[in-house]
Amino acid sequence: MTSPTITASGAGADTPRRSLEATRRRLGEQAVKAFLLVCAAVSVLVTTGIVLSLLFGALGFFDHVSVREFLTGTRWSPMRGEFGVLPLVVGTLNVVFWALLVAVPIGLLSAIYLSEYASHGVRRVVKPTLEVLAGIPTVAIGLFALFFLRPLAEDLFPFLDWPSVHSVGVAGVAVGLLIIPLVASIADDALRAVPRSLREGAYALGASKLNVTLRVVIPAAISGIIAGIVLGVSRAVGETMVVLVAAGASPNLTIDPTDSVQTMTAYIGVTATGEIAYGTIQYESIFAVGALLFLMTLVMNATAVRLVRRFREVYD
Amino acid sequence: MAHQVPGAAHLAVAGARAVTAAMLSSRSRGDKVANAVFPAVLLAALALAVASLGVLIVWSLVEAWPRLDWNLITNGPSRIHPETAGFRVALLGSLYLILGVIVLIVPLGVGAAIYLEEYADRSKWYNRAIELNIQNLAGVPSIVFGILGLAYIARSPLSLGFTAAAGSITLAMLVLPTVIIAAREAIRAVPSSIREASLALGATQWQTIWRQVLPAAIAGVLTGVILAVSRAVGEAAPLLLVGAAVRVSRDPSFFEGAYSALPVQIYTYSTQAQHEVQQLAAAGIVVMLGFVLLMNATAIYLRDRYEQKW
Repeated sequence: MTSPTITASGAGADTPRRSLEATRRRLGEQAVKAFLLVCAAVSVLVTTGIVLSLLFGALGFFDHVSVREFLTGTRWSPMRGEFGVLPLVVGTLNVVFWALLVAVPIGLLSAIYLSEYASHGVRRVVKPTLEVLAGIPTVAIGLFALFFLRPLAEDLFPFLDWPSVHSVGVAGVAVGLLIIPLVASIADDALRAVPRSLREGAYALGASKLNVTLRVVIPAAISGIIAGIVLGVSRAVGETMVVLVAAGASPNLTIDPTDSVQTMTAYIGVTATGEIAYGTIQYESIFAVGALLFLMTLVMNATAVRLVRRFREVYD
Repeated sequence: MAHQVPGAAHLAVAGARAVTAAMLSSRSRGDKVANAVFPAVLLAALALAVASLGVLIVWSLVEAWPRLDWNLITNGPSRIHPETAGFRVALLGSLYLILGVIVLIVPLGVGAAIYLEEYADRSKWYNRAIELNIQNLAGVPSIVFGILGLAYIARSPLSLGFTAAAGSITLAMLVLPTVIIAAREAIRAVPSSIREASLALGATQWQTIWRQVLPAAIAGVLTGVILAVSRAVGEAAPLLLVGAAVRVSRDPSFFEGAYSALPVQIYTYSTQAQHEVQQLAAAGIVVMLGFVLLMNATAIYLRDRYEQKW
């Protein structure tokens, strides 16, 4: 604390001038501040640790496998020394596709209902319920997908060929259920950030509620809505347990929803659980795949942060 | 108001209003139908969202029903008798993990939040870097934290081995941004007039924070901590990489020896074909959901109930 010394020029000449400066240096205050700075810096340390561990691990991996082979190879078979990451990436994107097919319409429509149509009472019950449901552990959703949704899918679509108990389509739908609360909650925030005057202006011009919602509120909130979807994609890309349980462990390069695939996260999870010796190329491949995963989610999160900032700036 | 208008005038007003209403609502029939159908579609979507997750809870209860007894908590895992095996070892492992997580995230998370809200000068580049960093850290996939745990915590420089301590630190790093973000919001919501009054009475900055700001923000901070702990309870992916996946039949200890955790145990059971084992996995889900949903509900209740309006 450095408050300026006040010179009491107007005070009586005989009273000694009192300084508002602290009489002794407050070492305790300084120590507390330093401790708090260290707390805040821990997060930077964690990020540095993540980047360094991925970087060194991946560099070790790329000593044995060329970057080109890694990024463009179409076969992933670590035991036979084939490290083409495309099957894992396509598997991941496949899961993301099915997840979005479920989560975007359901999440957005729910958000529109909550923000524009729901009565205060409904909102007060449903919003917290969604928040509580957002906390369901993902391994539970994985088992639900494997033992409930997968047989259900076979009953609903008996004309499809279901080659294994694992199915990328079912896993994707389950990941979609998982990210609905996330997408809905961010979209709801964005819709509610649209000022009432915009809605009332449209009503005054004779627009129906449907038109106000579709042509005024949603366009005004679009950057926030997209941010929610992007965060949902990032969450789906990084989701591990659901795909580990329900999508299987066979790195097929396929887009068939009934097939079993392996995603990037599932590969990391399975490989780490198995007995792998430290320093082998299989061990190092975890870091290469992890680095790719980290970069993908980093780009998406940065995009979402920018979009959110934009809608906040416009209306706050 | 119409009823205040007497007699014939009343009728005239009513007629005029009817005509006006008819003119204003002379939209096409399609428009009317769309206006009625749209909310129904929205409501159906919302119902589907809540119902599908509700079905999950009901399904796990139905599957687990024959196994919901005390054996589930008091017995350890057993290959020979899966019908009476329980989650004792995994629950103890989870308990150790969570205690470790709480010890780490409360000071670190709240400390970081106080620094960023009360001390940090936003014109300094390093403060902005810390802030951006926390935002990005919140979006890093959980399994990537597992990689960090595998590379630097289980092995050198921390060299804790594949123990509960390593798992605890890994989980704490994963949920740290949750605590920081929630605590910052709670601290930011305390009006500056309270700080200024305290400073004007001669309190130092830290006295102001410790005796005025933190007590006023405690509900929000607590919400963040509970949400973070509940996330850590259900998180399995990073633990797979720091050793929780091996078979353990003895009670764990914090700094040495193998350990297991509830969600990891459930995952391991789900990969086995025996019906009794799958039933056991569902029972584990019920126990885990019980914990997690209760904690989340408490946190959200706390936030909504004690959210102070200044």
